[in-house]
Amino acid sequence: MSIIRYQPLETVAWSGLNRLSNLRDELDSLFEMPFWSNFGRQSQLFSGWSPALDLYQNNDNVIVRVELPGMRKEDIEISLQDGMLTISGERKSETAEGDKAERTERYVGKFRRSISLPTQVDSSKVTATYRDGILNVTLPKAEEAKPKQIQVNVA
Amino acid sequence: MNTLVRENRNANQQRSEQFVTPAASVIEDGDAYLLNVEMPGVNKEGLEISVENNELRIIGRRSLPEIDGTLVHRESRSENFRRTFELDPSIDTSKISAHIDQGILTLRLPKAEQVKPRKITVS
Repeated sequence: MSIIRYQPLETVAWSGLNRLSNLRDELDSLFEMPFWSNFGRQSQLFSGWSPALDLYQNNDNVIVRVELPGMRKEDIEISLQDGMLTISGERKSETAEGDKAERTERYVGKFRRSISLPTQVDSSKVTATYRDGILNVTLPKAEEAKPKQIQVNVA
Repeated sequence: MNTLVRENRNANQQRSEQFVTPAASVIEDGDAYLLNVEMPGVNKEGLEISVENNELRIIGRRSLPEIDGTLVHRESRSENFRRTFELDPSIDTSKISAHIDQGILTLRLPKAEQVKPRKITVS
């Protein structure tokens, strides 16, 4: 009916480029990574979906921000065990029956990220929000882990 | 229809602002194509979508709330998103609609009522 511009090479080049840029990101983040957070991520090089994770801390909280576009809130699972925060979940395919995927770069399926927290946190006060595809987890530091000002009296 | 996924990479050069390319998928859904683009941290206000000369250009600017604290570890990119697609002539560009939900931009690109036969001249 019409002339079809079939471009298999373009697609192949694409995923290739993606892999390269992922590799670059991975290498970059390996250099920037503090030693304690290396585990759990290395094995995910090139396999599946490994959402980007940022970690912040201030005097009162440890804050974790994860890029999880297109999830349903109820499909995100957050757990805390032995100072290790694990965020996991599953993204469902958006392709309905009868639809034809022309091209897909988006990862569908399960993911799991674990990060060991830099300090002890109060697991009963952890809160999380999910907005614009960004998950924010706030973990209040345990009382004993908070920095304390020590008054020294000079005699 | 196959050109929907063809990209115009040259159009992205020669600009000073740095962008990253968001992951995208194209689904054919009966009388339309659905283009899904992953843009975490982008909301409605940060989107800029334009069609010019059959070129669909999508820019998504992140509006992430500042986090009060020191950064310990970072994997996310700070650049905004941009991606350009060449649209197939069979798409009715006047009827493109878009919405964004949880960082996924969905564009619905309806096929034209009747795709006019194209004239091919032999030189």
